Amino acid sequence: MGKLFTVSAPPHVRAADTTTGIMMSVLIALIPAQVAAVWIFGARTLLVTAVCVAAALLSEWLIRLLFKRTATLGDLSAVVTGVLLAFCLPPNVPLWMGAIGSVFAIVVAKQFFGGIGQNFVNPAIAGRIFLLLSFPTVLMTWALPEAQQTADAVTGATPLAIARADGNVPSLWDLFLGQHGGSYGEVCVAALLLGGAYLLFRKVISPIIPLSFIGTVAVGMFLAGGLDWHNALEQILSGGVILGAVFMATDYVTSPMYKGGKLLFGIGCGLVTVAIRAWGNMPEGVSYAILLMNILTPLIERITQPKIFGARQKTKEEAAA
Amino acid sequence: MRNSSHGVFKAKYRIHGGVPVPHRKNTAGTEIARIPSPERVTLAMRQHIGAECVPVVKPGDYVTVGQKIADNSALISAPIHASVSGIVTGISEILLPNSIYTQAVTIESDGQMTLCPEVAPPKIETRGDFLAAVRESGLVGLGGAGFPTHVKLAVPPEKHVDTLIINAAECEPYITVDYRECLDHSTDVLRGVYTLLEHFDFKQIIIGVEDNKPDVFYHLIKIAESLRNKDNTVHLMKLKSRYPQGAEKMMVYAATGRKVPVGKLPADAGCLVLNVTTVSTLYRYLKTGKPLVSRSLTVDGSAVADPKNVRAPIGTPISTILDFCGGLTAEPYKLIAGGPMMGLALPGADFPTLKQSNALLAFAPGDKQVKPERACIHCGKCTRACPLSLVPAMAEEAITLKNVGTLKKIGTDICMECGCCAYVCPAGKPLVQHMRLAKETIKELT
Repeated sequence: MGKLFTVSAPPHVRAADTTTGIMMSVLIALIPAQVAAVWIFGARTLLVTAVCVAAALLSEWLIRLLFKRTATLGDLSAVVTGVLLAFCLPPNVPLWMGAIGSVFAIVVAKQFFGGIGQNFVNPAIAGRIFLLLSFPTVLMTWALPEAQQTADAVTGATPLAIARADGNVPSLWDLFLGQHGGSYGEVCVAALLLGGAYLLFRKVISPIIPLSFIGTVAVGMFLAGGLDWHNALEQILSGGVILGAVFMATDYVTSPMYKGGKLLFGIGCGLVTVAIRAWGNMPEGVSYAILLMNILTPLIERITQPKIFGARQKTKEEAAA
Repeated sequence: MRNSSHGVFKAKYRIHGGVPVPHRKNTAGTEIARIPSPERVTLAMRQHIGAECVPVVKPGDYVTVGQKIADNSALISAPIHASVSGIVTGISEILLPNSIYTQAVTIESDGQMTLCPEVAPPKIETRGDFLAAVRESGLVGLGGAGFPTHVKLAVPPEKHVDTLIINAAECEPYITVDYRECLDHSTDVLRGVYTLLEHFDFKQIIIGVEDNKPDVFYHLIKIAESLRNKDNTVHLMKLKSRYPQGAEKMMVYAATGRKVPVGKLPADAGCLVLNVTTVSTLYRYLKTGKPLVSRSLTVDGSAVADPKNVRAPIGTPISTILDFCGGLTAEPYKLIAGGPMMGLALPGADFPTLKQSNALLAFAPGDKQVKPERACIHCGKCTRACPLSLVPAMAEEAITLKNVGTLKKIGTDICMECGCCAYVCPAGKPLVQHMRLAKETIKELT
């Protein structure tokens, strides 16, 4: 017999989707928010993002090397983590702090658990919470948009903090465009929705989690805020709801894969966010909400597996046996 | 639901999942070319689902086309007939593409293709005669599965089978032999259907065709009108072209909305599903008495010089068929028996064709489709693509952990290995392989 041909299990044709392609789509979807951040807060935001991404890539490469594992930089997931972490930081954050957050996200939250696919919490969220707990003052000091800065005031409160203190919250239109203090990737709702629409169009994400998450926050804050729709709208347009619901809660690895699970997950994220915002002692709760639901994901998966084609309901006797 | 007019209707029920595979029906326009008698054929004793046949000839015997050379009295089996006339030169063990060893009868052809004198139309009076005749035809499902047709037709009356579904979906890329059968032998198809009606009491007859073959509808309707028989109305069901629309369970669902219960057969959902070429071949057998000795195959792929549809005696060496199609233009990267989604990759061209061989594809190295295998990212695409809603993503870990409970929970047992999961997996996981291993793991541990 001459040279043998390649033998492998079917199928012998494959769709073009790859992990790298999915991550690339997410990165493309994040571009509008970065552009908006430069427009609102200045070019320094680009530098913060670059530092976070560089730190994420470098730490992922080094830790894989140290653990004697195959390199995974090519899947671009570390880049996504770096960008998402950067987007939840204030525009005036020290660069080294962003870098530390990235290293924590990649090394502790992701690689200590086995790397991509194995982490049980969203690395960017873990990094953000780590920074929030370690450097609360810096992380809670918000640069104002460049246009609103004066000689005396370069920083100010976020809309959620203002709302909590019963102050004058920016108009809904300003909230939608991101003309207020806050994490630089979270403020411009318009840009985030544009990115979200792209992900939906490319079928990278399903609409279930974003819609149920945002919807639950809206309804929850409407009820908790004394049946005030204006307040409910303010609540979903400010803070991390949109970035969290569209880009973080939809992370494949840490969210359920079945439809029913996604719905439970989104509603859960919304409820925890409402609980923290309405009754907790912090103005913002999206990160904690997603983190908590990440932890519950394996349990949600267990109870929401779709029925197998042709499977019948167990009779009572079978269920008892 | 006997309707007085022949009609085309859209499938009412949409299957879950599936994948939009590229059609690549390049050979659709080529009529079937008959290959000259090969110098020798090798007839494997296992070319159907069921018991292996036992040769009833011995080396040195002279055999003629259509002469029975092997049989088995087991319930699920089908006799095998000589596909050329000539001398039996050997009975030896060969390796089949699916890695199973089987006995095989080799016949050196005399080039005459002399028909066996015993070949005559079967005399049929009762349903028992009919089933016995079908058994003698050696007919098996020609769509690729190779399940003996007589077993399929012997449905017990208590199953109340009321629907006959003729499967002409042909959802695998490249393959066009069923399409050609519908165009070139449409009368045989419909006469086959009417013959079945003489022996069964079907309330509805549905021919399922994917909507990427519009001329089939037109053609079959035209013939049906000309053969019009008031009571025997045939309905043509337009299916969305989505793989694996032609899988038996999917056909039953699309046509009737009935779900074949886990571990059961279409008959348990009141349906009988037959491949379109099986039906027309059955009709030709009943008319002439010539058993299943040859079949059509689509020969295509980027490494084939002259892709076309070929009719070859069963047992013809694959290398002979490739030579008939102008040979290979390049050292192929893969040679596949069957379609690209479920076909078997062959290590070489020295295998004989079988009753269920419906295609032969050779891909040049430029067509290599491999993704780097990465970690599962839990995206759920596999489970959304699975027409049966199984969870292939969870098999790998459960196999490693020998977790039979999980393997059963994700539906391993009913996986039909259609390949949709592996097709969509962005991490490039060989998920069909995982599901096969999962089946073996369950067998091993329970």
